[in-house]
Amino acid sequence: MNALTSMMLLPLLGSLLIAVIPTDQTLRIKQAALATTLLVALSGVLAWLKFDSANTSFQFVQVAEWIPSFGINYSVGVDGLSIVLILMSVLLAPIVVLAGWNESEGGRWSAKVFYILILVLETMMIGVFAATDVFLFYVIFEAMLIPVYFLIGGYGTGERAAAAVKFLLYSLFGGLLMLASIIGLYVISGANGGHTFDITKLSEMHNYMSPTTQNLLFLGFFIAFAIKAPVWPLHTWLPDAAASATPGTSVLLLGVLDKVGTFGMIRFCLTLFPDASKTFTPVILVLAVISILYGAFLAIGARDIKRLIAYTSISHFGFITMGIFAMTTQSHSGATLYMFNHAFSTAALFLVAGWMISRRGSSTIADFGGLQRVTPVMAWSFFIAGMSSLALPGLSSFVSEFLVLVGTYTRYPVAAVIATFGIVLAALYILIPVQKALHGPTTPGNENLPDLNLREKIAIAPVIAVIVALGFYPAPLLNVINPASAHVLEVQGFTDPVPSESAGK
Amino acid sequence: MEFTAPVLNYAQLAPMLIVLGGALIGVLIEAFAPRASRHSSQLFVTVAALVSAFAALMQVRNQSSPSAAMGSVAFDGAGVLLQASILIIALLSVFLIADQENFTALAAAVPGSSEERESLQLDLRVTEVYPLTLFSVAGMMLFPLSSDLITLFVALEVLSLPLYLMAGLSRRRRLMSQEAALKYFLLGAFSSAFFLFGAAYLYGYSGSLTFAGIQASVVGGAGNDVFLLLGIAFISVGLLFKVGAVPFHAWSPDVYQGAPTAITGFMAAATKVAAFGAILRIFYVSFANAQWQWQPALVVIAIITMVFGSVVAITQRDVKRMLAYSSIAHAGFLLAGVIALSKSGLDATIFYLFAYGVATVGAFGVVTLIRDSAGEVTDLNRWSGLGKRSPLVASVFAFFLLAFAGIPLTSGFIGKFSIFSAAYESGSTAILIAGVLSSAIAAFFYIRVIVLMFFKDPVEDGTSVVIPSALTTTTIAVSSVITVVLGVFPAPLINFIESTAFFIR
Repeated sequence: MNALTSMMLLPLLGSLLIAVIPTDQTLRIKQAALATTLLVALSGVLAWLKFDSANTSFQFVQVAEWIPSFGINYSVGVDGLSIVLILMSVLLAPIVVLAGWNESEGGRWSAKVFYILILVLETMMIGVFAATDVFLFYVIFEAMLIPVYFLIGGYGTGERAAAAVKFLLYSLFGGLLMLASIIGLYVISGANGGHTFDITKLSEMHNYMSPTTQNLLFLGFFIAFAIKAPVWPLHTWLPDAAASATPGTSVLLLGVLDKVGTFGMIRFCLTLFPDASKTFTPVILVLAVISILYGAFLAIGARDIKRLIAYTSISHFGFITMGIFAMTTQSHSGATLYMFNHAFSTAALFLVAGWMISRRGSSTIADFGGLQRVTPVMAWSFFIAGMSSLALPGLSSFVSEFLVLVGTYTRYPVAAVIATFGIVLAALYILIPVQKALHGPTTPGNENLPDLNLREKIAIAPVIAVIVALGFYPAPLLNVINPASAHVLEVQGFTDPVPSESAGK
Repeated sequence: MEFTAPVLNYAQLAPMLIVLGGALIGVLIEAFAPRASRHSSQLFVTVAALVSAFAALMQVRNQSSPSAAMGSVAFDGAGVLLQASILIIALLSVFLIADQENFTALAAAVPGSSEERESLQLDLRVTEVYPLTLFSVAGMMLFPLSSDLITLFVALEVLSLPLYLMAGLSRRRRLMSQEAALKYFLLGAFSSAFFLFGAAYLYGYSGSLTFAGIQASVVGGAGNDVFLLLGIAFISVGLLFKVGAVPFHAWSPDVYQGAPTAITGFMAAATKVAAFGAILRIFYVSFANAQWQWQPALVVIAIITMVFGSVVAITQRDVKRMLAYSSIAHAGFLLAGVIALSKSGLDATIFYLFAYGVATVGAFGVVTLIRDSAGEVTDLNRWSGLGKRSPLVASVFAFFLLAFAGIPLTSGFIGKFSIFSAAYESGSTAILIAGVLSSAIAAFFYIRVIVLMFFKDPVEDGTSVVIPSALTTTTIAVSSVITVVLGVFPAPLINFIESTAFFIR
């Protein structure tokens, strides 16, 4: 059976298994969920090992007719970009399950529903990156909102229902704009060689579009992805959603789901509408730079630790978006690597923050203090995660942020220079909470907080291991990403700027 | 004067004749069968008539003839599909009607009179609703097959008159129900007058009452165009009234709310199929060559209908009224298929009609289950926390709402995609944009109901979910299965529609 299809089927089978376990056997349900996600992660790693990085076409391809009269296929396949993101998703899933072992307890519904939703979501996370049929992508893109909506609204904290609705309405609005564009593509493909949704065939359709059409269709896709990613000024749903969701859900939301936005910009915006992408690049770079700085400023001012992490992500997504639209091979590789790294550093931050919050019963940064003495392991984990988030050399995010900035500089020096201030601000927004929460005198009430238990240590260890390992040796990922990035740009005729000698004179 | 014996193709007319025969047997049962056995025998006759009509229809599904009854009835693929949809929807609705809790004991008794109290004490049943349903179904089946204006008018009246009566049969809030029936009747009579007026103009224009004759005049272009325009306009008023398009929608919220819920479901689903079937035939066959005259007007009506239905639905506090406005919005979406005036538009409209009709019956089936001691609870505020009381019922209703909202993996999404792409393919960009935007607005109120059911706490006011009868369960289960299957594997039905749907001229 096809590697991708079976990887998508596994979580579904797991959720069916959970569905038949009696509701009160919570432990069994959790074990089943963990076993399933571990199995999926294993098959993800196997697929990764089998992936041939020198081959730039889609691999593990499976095509089956779905709705032939509309030219819709169930077609999956991965290139270097999507295999990295799939690997990221399947590695995060067991960590989220293990780290959030007791997350389902404060919910409206049982643990059973929680893990069924998580597993269904995992299937869709794999599918959304693996889809090579635009219609299939859209179906999964929209359908995955539903489990997330119930995860936030049913198991979150605070104003969870309102946050869930805000998330859903923003996403649906973007999705409907994208639907209009997809219908546009469908009609254009029908007039030029027959209805199809195949991404490779559609990538030639831009030759048949007027500039206006291309721009409009591009905008439909881009706005949907910019809401997902999220890019300023479409970001306002994210802090609420991330602050209300459980830490595990937030990890999946920021780590994986939002990556669908940046992934979509590369896979669909750039590939399908190369000319429009060029037209809109200046505007998008401005938005990206604003996101970088605005997210950072919000993060500096944040009092709530979950919101803080959400704001830092807005800043990081600004970097990714900038890297994508700078359209150099370096910035592209950097952006893709950034997606992977951001997922892990945000996961570490969110998971540790979640444990801090559940121990202290508060998510206000000021309520913490001196954790380093009371709970050294937890404090150090948070510290390393924070350092990765501010892109300290030696940790994974540094490599990607550097690549993005260098790659952007060769074509858009002004944007790159302004974005560099984001790094300075990053030091502030990470070091301030680190100082307040970890160092200094122990805030009264924190003296007896327990440190991480074995389960939590096991959950956080691989995340930190990935952060450190990729900081020193990113080659395994970059070897896969580089040819894919070069291919994406080459296909639609984007070239790297030729270094001019006069620059040195 | 020479008299020609009518030549009738009995095989092709058989489905309608069977239904009419069943209705007549029903009348005889009312007259002669003892009261105690009436309900079960009526139910049996009705179901048997519908099932055997369906079987008869399948026998002749590949036949077509422009003159199944002397040029007054055209039998063709599109007609078969529409009749089959009507029969399936009618069968599902009859199962809801069989749950007689919602019907008055004696329709003729004045509300509040001693006669009424007596009838309630005797536990009488309004079994006349069954033959009325069958008469109405027969009218609905003839409506989209009519190929001259007189037959079309007769069918319109045959389908409408029983519905006027059925709308007034509610057991509770009888005055409101009767008011709804009267309103429906008066406005319906008014629109029939418009229809006849239009028919007269078209006769004056073409000297013919048959669709083929009108088409010949339109193609020939010899007649007076003012008559043609007036004729199209007035005929359209009559037909658009039946589908509840703005500005001819005023009856629908009141009638939806006042009528017994099972009848509302039947009316909302089946009438729409029949009326849109007739609209499709007359516009695709007779007026196709005059599209420049009517298309702009219909585009405006479609856009107003979608936007108005979606916007006004937001403010509704009653679930039946909300569904009424949602059905107005859907009428707007369906008009997009008429405007497309293409094969794909025809296919899409038929698919949409079936998918929407089935989901509608299912949704109203769920509404019949939410009751308190005084009958059905339709006030949305009292639906809050339904997900806690009865997760299954709430989930099914949420699923129907998602289908109405057009979320992927439901039939509603495939319908929406196909109808909007057909409209855009024919050049109606405005329809596409308005459709997408009003879908976004519509998503808001569907989701609000989901929030209410799942994320709010139940109010303790005696609202409860009754255990559905076996027949009601069947309807709801079948409707939801069809809605899923058409969302996930729509290809067989789409292929069938594609190969079958055509209008014989």
